[in-house]
Amino acid sequence: MGVATEASAGSAATSGVARIAAVFAANRAAHAKALAPFVTAGDPDRDTTVAVIEAVAAAGASLCELGVPYSDPIADGPVIQASYTRALGAGITLEGVFDIARRAASQTTMPILAMVSYSIIFRRGIAAFTAEAVAAGLAGLVVPDLPLEESDDLDQACRTAGLALVRLVTPTTPPDRAAAIAKKSTGFLYCVSVAGVTGARMELPSGLADRVQWLKTQTDVPVLVGFGISGPEQVKAVAAVADGAIVGSALVRLMAESAGQPRADMLAAVRSRVTDLAAACGPHG
Amino acid sequence: MTPPTAAPLSAVPDALGRFGRFGGRYVPETLSAALDQLEREYDVAIADPAFQSELDGLLKTFVGRPSPLHFAARLTELAGGAQIWLKREDLNHTGAHKINNTLGQGLLAIRMGKRRIIAETGAGQHGVATATACAKFGLECVVYMGAEDVRRQAPNVRNMRFMGAEVRPVESGSRTLRDAINEAMRDWMGSVETTHYIIGSVVGPHPFPRIVRDFQSVIGRETATQCRERFGRLPDAVVACVGGGSNAAGMFFPFVDHPEVRLIGVEAGGRSGKPGDHAASLSFGSPGILHGSLSYVLQDQDGQTSDVHSVSAGLDYPGVGPEHSFWHDLGRVEYTSVTDGEALDAFDLVARREGILPALETSHAFAWAVREAARRKPDEIIVVCLSGRGDKDAAEIARLRGLAADGGKA
Repeated sequence: MGVATEASAGSAATSGVARIAAVFAANRAAHAKALAPFVTAGDPDRDTTVAVIEAVAAAGASLCELGVPYSDPIADGPVIQASYTRALGAGITLEGVFDIARRAASQTTMPILAMVSYSIIFRRGIAAFTAEAVAAGLAGLVVPDLPLEESDDLDQACRTAGLALVRLVTPTTPPDRAAAIAKKSTGFLYCVSVAGVTGARMELPSGLADRVQWLKTQTDVPVLVGFGISGPEQVKAVAAVADGAIVGSALVRLMAESAGQPRADMLAAVRSRVTDLAAACGPHG
Repeated sequence: MTPPTAAPLSAVPDALGRFGRFGGRYVPETLSAALDQLEREYDVAIADPAFQSELDGLLKTFVGRPSPLHFAARLTELAGGAQIWLKREDLNHTGAHKINNTLGQGLLAIRMGKRRIIAETGAGQHGVATATACAKFGLECVVYMGAEDVRRQAPNVRNMRFMGAEVRPVESGSRTLRDAINEAMRDWMGSVETTHYIIGSVVGPHPFPRIVRDFQSVIGRETATQCRERFGRLPDAVVACVGGGSNAAGMFFPFVDHPEVRLIGVEAGGRSGKPGDHAASLSFGSPGILHGSLSYVLQDQDGQTSDVHSVSAGLDYPGVGPEHSFWHDLGRVEYTSVTDGEALDAFDLVARREGILPALETSHAFAWAVREAARRKPDEIIVVCLSGRGDKDAAEIARLRGLAADGGKA
């Protein structure tokens, strides 16, 4: 179970990188691993997203990834794509995403990271985007379509702003490249479990444990595993080898299935699911 | 301000795939290794005389190259000015320039040991050309095509299926070319170790814009040779339509270091210049990142890709190749646009005066060429890249005109 509430988080004076580090330090002390759920900003609306972030924090999540809807998300499978389409259709804007982050960050100490396409960062401008991200209380960025070679400018801006820039390694990444990526990552390292788009899968790939073990020798930051992780059994398996698990499409799907129900019922379902997933994260004594 | 030792304009892209500030590689990490492999394999292949000779042989006896340079006598007479000449890519096997690229990339896939091919298609010409290469080489073929394009380009869908390709209609987003590229990329994310993605235009992450341009440059090289043989000089102007921009890039590239040749790219002006009514990225867009490279994109304030429109499925795309963006900013190529209506009128004109049904994409280039020729002197030579034949569009044109399927009154 995550223990974000004990971290010295929340204040704008503390950098995002430090807030994330504090969460992992507290987890280590409690022999727990991190659960990092993904929530789409603005699906179905801003108020609901803020409430869901509060709910996942209360249910024991250590971190939250706030998905910034994008019209052409090539790394995402059908569940998150459809969620982005709904959010954009409901009128979410980048300003709206920052508003969600600001309101949620004022309610919880759990660090929130934006999962955002580089297309959107580039359009806003790196300096403006990182400044607005800090002002909104975001702790870091995950930019799934920005490879190492293209990332120097954003890396510099994030270091200056104290924002984590979480890098991704995948099963197709050659070892020397994975090592270089791991060394650059701040906040944590995102180990993508499978080659493919986001989306729940039945089984974790064989060899994942070895990859995670090796990655941990290549970086000082924690290693989290994501893509294809949906249920407590998978989270438990990941938590046994990594520093935490990222659960994306499964929660988005749960919310989509609850569409049309009263918000309180949907929030209760989210809380219940995240509680189960967080329980699978430890403590591991 | 050009320094005296400036590299020729053709000396792009650099090692990171940059054309000036455009291009690059903005893709999920999952694809990085495959793009590195493709780049390495391509460099080895083009240095291998056996590769070039196999491709040249196929272009000659399978595609029918060189394609003729043909004088459009009655269009020239109508315009009453410069001579209009046609580079007949419509006479290639499969009826368009797209086959130049798919054969080259198909051979690359075989060299990489990848026996499954995916592709996107808008008008269906690239899909047909990919299905053709796969049938020829014995490769598995899956083509992603927007559901709206499946409807308006039905003959090409049928032909792809006849050649053994699986056509997967894409129902997401605007159900056109852009969404087909998204779906092809997603397929590739999960299949990259066994699959090669034959992208059909000079778009996408490095090294695709370079590879597609190089394979299409046979168009411009032949045109330059044919002009020198026939006129003893290069043409005064060369015009091509631009969606993603592959026929234009292949036509222009061999001329960019010859400043005496005027180069004109014609984008889809659609219904009007209002956002959503056209697909003219260079005329109305702004720098942004779409489908893995930095280029001009039609987008909103937040970087969300805009919906676009063109009567022509092959031009109905909100981005454009990074090298075109580079040429645009340098002023080396003039980019302009013509409307749906002007393109349809040009289709009629070429059909009735030249006995050629041009593709609706190509009709955009014709609209500009006829207008411009009227303003030029008779000793001037304008070459139109006749990128494809219009059979695929005939039913859609009849529908737009309210005609029966047989072209008579409904």
